[in-house]
Amino acid sequence: MVDKMVEIRWHGRGGQGAATAGRLLAEATLERGFYAQAFAEFGPERRGAPVQAYVRLSPKVIRAYYGITNPDIVVVLDPTLLSAVNVAQGLAANGTILVNTRLSAQLVREKLGLEGPEVFAVDASGIAQQCIGVAIPNTAMIGALVKVKKLLELEDILDYYCEAFSSRYSQRMLEGNLNAMRRAHGEVRSQ
Amino acid sequence: MPIQTKVERRVSAVTGNQALSRAVRQIDPDVAAVYPITPQTDVAEGLATFVADGMINTVLVPVESEHSAMSACIGAAAAGARAFTATSSQGLAYMFEVLYVAAGLRLPIVMANVNRSLSAPINIHCDHSDSFGARDSGWVQLYSENAQQAYDNLIQAVRIAEHSKVLLPVMVNVDGFIVSHAAESAVLLDDEEVRQFIGEYTPRFSLLDVDHPITVGPFDGLHGYFFEFKAAQVEAMANAKQVILDVGKEYGALSGRTYGFFEEYGLDDADTAIVVVGSAAATCSSVVDEMRAQGMPVGLLKLRSFRPFPAEELADALKYVKAVGVLDRAVSPGLAGGPLFAEVKSALFDADARPKVASFVYGLGGREFRPEHAREAFASLFEIKKTGYVNDLVSYLGIRKG
Repeated sequence: MVDKMVEIRWHGRGGQGAATAGRLLAEATLERGFYAQAFAEFGPERRGAPVQAYVRLSPKVIRAYYGITNPDIVVVLDPTLLSAVNVAQGLAANGTILVNTRLSAQLVREKLGLEGPEVFAVDASGIAQQCIGVAIPNTAMIGALVKVKKLLELEDILDYYCEAFSSRYSQRMLEGNLNAMRRAHGEVRSQ
Repeated sequence: MPIQTKVERRVSAVTGNQALSRAVRQIDPDVAAVYPITPQTDVAEGLATFVADGMINTVLVPVESEHSAMSACIGAAAAGARAFTATSSQGLAYMFEVLYVAAGLRLPIVMANVNRSLSAPINIHCDHSDSFGARDSGWVQLYSENAQQAYDNLIQAVRIAEHSKVLLPVMVNVDGFIVSHAAESAVLLDDEEVRQFIGEYTPRFSLLDVDHPITVGPFDGLHGYFFEFKAAQVEAMANAKQVILDVGKEYGALSGRTYGFFEEYGLDDADTAIVVVGSAAATCSSVVDEMRAQGMPVGLLKLRSFRPFPAEELADALKYVKAVGVLDRAVSPGLAGGPLFAEVKSALFDADARPKVASFVYGLGGREFRPEHAREAFASLFEIKKTGYVNDLVSYLGIRKG
């Protein structure tokens, strides 16, 4: 449920699908009748380089064409970014950060020195490796995200994913991604 | 006659570039010649996909440069075809000499320009130095605030360009990356609605009409009609004003979104106002709302038509304003202020209550334009309004100091 503007910043590395995940979430939200915007910080894209993507979801028209510096939600697609990029920069004290990591949420909290924001952790790479056969964590992270913040129902995302990708992906890839979303939705933890 | 408006319309998620390429698919031009360049590339790719998939009847000319892209469009348009191209930045600069040929031959070519800065240093991000540089080439220039307007402008461009009193090429400008690569909500028309709106194109002259042979582009020397041709181009550009309004109104009846030369936002009782083109207009409008909620009578003029430049209408819209800030996403080294600033100031010179005007340069090479920059500009304007004096004629918003 999007009852006011929600700003989400995604941190990933080139190739992990931060921009695709942002767009997928935005499109699925738009399908539910809200306004949505998704864009990435573009530059000389290189596989493995730190990248940022932005999503705004709102019940009203969005009139902001600039990066998100004070996000409500931060999603980190790569655990190695925790020590490479200040992922929590500008995160609201009542905000939420969701990290793809094998570490516990408590350890992430300590590592980042966070007090206010809610911290969640999920081993999205492991889940993706098992479900899809490649450790691309973006879809799993969307599954986890809609668990910790009820922006949409899991079913909304799964339905939209099928609609958007069924003609582009093999049945195996499609099922793999859907399972990754379901599993991460179930396994994300705040401890 | 306006076409019946449909009540229910589907909202799509599109990037600015997707909005452009979907509009091109619906326009289904006879000929398109496009050379890919960042950040326009998706438009070229989209078009190539539609052609490969047999979704449009367009003949796609795979050219080796932008100069050739425009030249191919000129040839096609002279032959009586509806011609389209798209470019950015260096690509527009590279077709510069043929831009004048397209306009001088009065060929209604439609081009999408995805705004990007000009080198050097090399930069792929947005500013308006590419299209502002082509200011005097004789092209109609429309600017878009978001993906929706990019789509709407491109469809209207066909009608404006081909109008018998205009017959000029039209350039639709869209902010590179900021809009071209941002996915957002847009409402697209049905294919059939677009087909009816733009109608069949019947060229007045065609090189291929062998029963009525014509000469296109001959030498016209010292004793020829060059001067008269140029005066006729100026007249056609003046005619474009009424056509832009008429087409914008008719498009409004169809889509629910009416277009003019500019959009006034909170100008009725404003004593300070910003004039701006492109995506920064959206950010400025949210700052206007915020400041008005705090009781400050600020306003905004979002310019859509840069050529023809609606000088009288703009002066009329700003007549009660005391201090005007003009935001330029381009510089003209050696000019006192940005290029748009110079035009707005000139337009206001003959106004009865001539407001003070200040120039604000922002966003060069894609430097982010954020709400604090709009607030900073308004703060300067409040000072000008108070003192009646422009201390800093030109300010840079968001430049790194030191």
